[in-house]
Amino acid sequence: MGGPGVVENRVLGGRPEGLTTIAVDDDLDTRARLVVVGNGMAGARLVEEVLERGGGEQFRITVFGDEPHGNYNRILLSPVLAGETHEDDIVLNSHDWYADNGVTLRAGVRVERIDTAAKVVAASDGTTAAYDHLVLATGSYSFIPPMTGVRREDGGLLPGVYGFRTIDETRDLLAATTRCTRAVVMGGGLLGLEAARALQGHGMQVDLVHAMPHLMNAQLDAEAGAILKRSVEALGITVHLDALAGEVLGDEHVEGVLLRDGRRLDCDLLVVATGVRPHTDVAVRSGLEVERGIVVDDQLRTDDPDVYAIGECAQHRGSVYGLVAPAWEHARVLADVLTGTDPTAEYHGSRTATKLKVAGVDVATMGASTPERDSDEFLVISEPRRGVHLSVVIRDDRLVGATLLGDTRKVAALTQAFDRGSALPGERIRLLVDLTDGKEEVGVAEMPADSQVCTCNGVTKGAICGAVADGCGSVGAVMDRTRAGRGCGSCRSLVRQVVEWAADGDVTEDPAASYYVPGVPLAKPALIAAIREQDLRSVSAVFAALAPGGAEDARSKMGLTSLLKTIWGTGFVREKDAEFVNDRVHANIQRDGTFSVVPQMKGGVTTPAQLRRIADVAEKYEVPMVKVTGGQRIDLLGVRKEDLPAMWEDLGMPSGYAYGKTMRTVKTCVGSDFCRFGLGDSTQLGIDLETRFQGIESPAKIKMAVVGCPRNCAEAYVKDVGVVAVGNGRWEVYVGGAAGATVRKGDLLATVDSPGAVIALAGRFVQYYREHANWLERTYDFVPRVGLEHLRRVVVEDADGIGADLDAALQRSIDAYTDPWGQDGKQPASPGQFASSLPLVPLPQVPVR
Amino acid sequence: MTAPHLEVAEAPTTPGTELGSPATGVAVPGTAAPPAGRAHAVARVGDVPPGEGRAFVAGDAQVAVFRLRDGSLHATQAACPHAGGPLADGQTDADVLVCPLHLYGFRWRDGSSTGGVGPVRVYPVREVDGMLVVDV
Repeated sequence: MGGPGVVENRVLGGRPEGLTTIAVDDDLDTRARLVVVGNGMAGARLVEEVLERGGGEQFRITVFGDEPHGNYNRILLSPVLAGETHEDDIVLNSHDWYADNGVTLRAGVRVERIDTAAKVVAASDGTTAAYDHLVLATGSYSFIPPMTGVRREDGGLLPGVYGFRTIDETRDLLAATTRCTRAVVMGGGLLGLEAARALQGHGMQVDLVHAMPHLMNAQLDAEAGAILKRSVEALGITVHLDALAGEVLGDEHVEGVLLRDGRRLDCDLLVVATGVRPHTDVAVRSGLEVERGIVVDDQLRTDDPDVYAIGECAQHRGSVYGLVAPAWEHARVLADVLTGTDPTAEYHGSRTATKLKVAGVDVATMGASTPERDSDEFLVISEPRRGVHLSVVIRDDRLVGATLLGDTRKVAALTQAFDRGSALPGERIRLLVDLTDGKEEVGVAEMPADSQVCTCNGVTKGAICGAVADGCGSVGAVMDRTRAGRGCGSCRSLVRQVVEWAADGDVTEDPAASYYVPGVPLAKPALIAAIREQDLRSVSAVFAALAPGGAEDARSKMGLTSLLKTIWGTGFVREKDAEFVNDRVHANIQRDGTFSVVPQMKGGVTTPAQLRRIADVAEKYEVPMVKVTGGQRIDLLGVRKEDLPAMWEDLGMPSGYAYGKTMRTVKTCVGSDFCRFGLGDSTQLGIDLETRFQGIESPAKIKMAVVGCPRNCAEAYVKDVGVVAVGNGRWEVYVGGAAGATVRKGDLLATVDSPGAVIALAGRFVQYYREHANWLERTYDFVPRVGLEHLRRVVVEDADGIGADLDAALQRSIDAYTDPWGQDGKQPASPGQFASSLPLVPLPQVPVR
Repeated sequence: MTAPHLEVAEAPTTPGTELGSPATGVAVPGTAAPPAGRAHAVARVGDVPPGEGRAFVAGDAQVAVFRLRDGSLHATQAACPHAGGPLADGQTDADVLVCPLHLYGFRWRDGSSTGGVGPVRVYPVREVDGMLVVDV
């Protein structure tokens, strides 16, 4: 994304200009002309469905899209706004895809009018396109409620006011998060909640204004809405219910919102997510029948026999849908009709069900949220303290509605009952809770073929079974073929269950999933065995001997380098091309191509002389930022590559390895020298651990900490290896802790009675991890994977009798250690090792505070 | 060993850093081959060691020149089209170059991306009398 003020006009899913598909001369092309107006999720999906039915041979397809981009997944704009997903990862069909399939994409061109008599559409750029069949898939636009001051005189929105429906709006919002501090989000439906959560994640103060008495009133009843409100407020978002905004304040830029009750909410960013309205202008102008949406029959046909409408712009039997699943159904039915695959195919309406994660809370809703008739059964389990609210509505022994908030474990069974109208257990409570011995009853077998498994990409159980029947033998292959599970990912366990059921349990694990690196088709144990057996001492030798066709793979080199260093120590043959740039220049590359320099500071203990040297070096080399790291060292940021060797020379300190997949740092607390509470000399033990394990390469970075008492001042409970003094000379050793994107308290491996025993035990664990973990697998994944009990048996009790081997192997690596700064600083490893790869594209300067 | 001199140049004003922008020098099936550029001697042959890449200025362009393990030479624009990463610091194999910042890959063959971020320009590069010559 661009920095502040940068106008991003990158085309999402675009292709180089000048790439054109060669159109066959019109006169020679006898195919009927299918024109689709709208390149969103409905329009592009229709094209896919038509092509899948062989429609490419029947039709010359032209797609008009209002936006310049390829087709992208609008459902995933929230994670893009939250910074969890890159915009490139939400592209469903790139410009290339259209070209490859012979479809003409007119991206960034709006259709203004349809001449239904002449069967021609006229576009904003003055061009026209004749059609035999026309499909309107124009979607919806953000509805901006009438408020004084929300628009400028020219009709545009006041600067600082945004809808939240397109990638361009999302980009603008992302850019605004770097400038703005206070946001008001209008609308407490799904989209408003997601926007609020995302903005709050960027550090903004967020007020959520909702006109109704409870949140998500379209899907939830009042009680569930109240529980959701508590969960949202617990995130730090202020919620205003029953609140209507009457006026938007600010002349040049939004400054606040005035509520009808007289309250004023200051803000410098206003997001309006109060619902959408179908885009019907072009249909209205062209004389088609329009009520709330474009009126269609059961074959999605408008009142003109050659014009169809699908997706959110269509009104079918009085209903307009604002969800993606009905759009998929429209596309399937219409593709059947158009291609003649099933000329009698009909659409009879959708039962709306949705699974989502809103503001960090799992929500699944289907059908009615409250009873509608006197005879309806209504069962509610409400646990406000836990943020859980579950309810079902039953009519005539059929499930007609369910709401799951905060606990969606029963969603699979309920979805089936809802979709199929199947018989329900006599004890209704079984619908909501498992009264069994905790075994989940999934009942994938009973799911109807057309029930949605993946709502993000509209993949049914039938489509997944079809992929299995076509020979997709693994979950990954099915996901690649159908896109199931490639959206928000919340359905992946269900996808796996369906695949296993469809394949009668005959599911191959994705072979590639078990490879140590993608380019060499071997799991780690087999790879190590082959390397030892064939005495392969360099990365190029490994490729030559073990890769298919001897082909090298750039993305596999770093992992192989790490493994070979672990196996051979000093006997490893170093090759520059096999190293990541960080390892080539012993520094961590930054976003602008500069590097960071972190000198070793064992246990976080330093001296005035060291600090003075660091300060002198920072001044001499004009280091833009000097920062204390989380790992108790000092970071010199923004260093030019060509300055690295001279800086190391002037520092005269060893590398702190803040760039490698290696042991990095050991944090310590004040221990027993000065602390009033210290039970053990944690500071010295930390220094000793760091001295022993410095720079040892490993599958992923290793961070350690030692604390002198359970007050845990250096966070030892959440480190890869954490050591805690518990008194009487005893130390607890924890492994597999994490305090990153997930927080995991380490598991207690053992309690030992001397610093020497801590060092020995930590060494055995580290070596076992080095030999058995997958590339980039942190200890917090490795420990649960192999199991704590297993680790205790192998590492603590030496039940396999490999303790001495582990010790010896680790010792070999320790003996092979040399400080890379001292080494390459004096003599470059290759000509131009520290030559600049800058200047490149000037990035927004990182401000120096 | 003196580092190749790089003057601090303005970023090229020609498009090329945004997705879907024209990539001159990319051979596209069905279109005319790009016109041959002007030859620039950017460095001595030994300045780009096997398995590595180095950045140079060639006329108005900033280029990254690579020598693969098999001795072959390749040249691309110096900045990654995704986020301006220094491609000369990337990792290579016989088919692709991988940017160090976010690991997007680009094919030597035509500069096309393996990850959907738009192509890099690729330039012809050859050895002439002990010098590396790039046609821009």
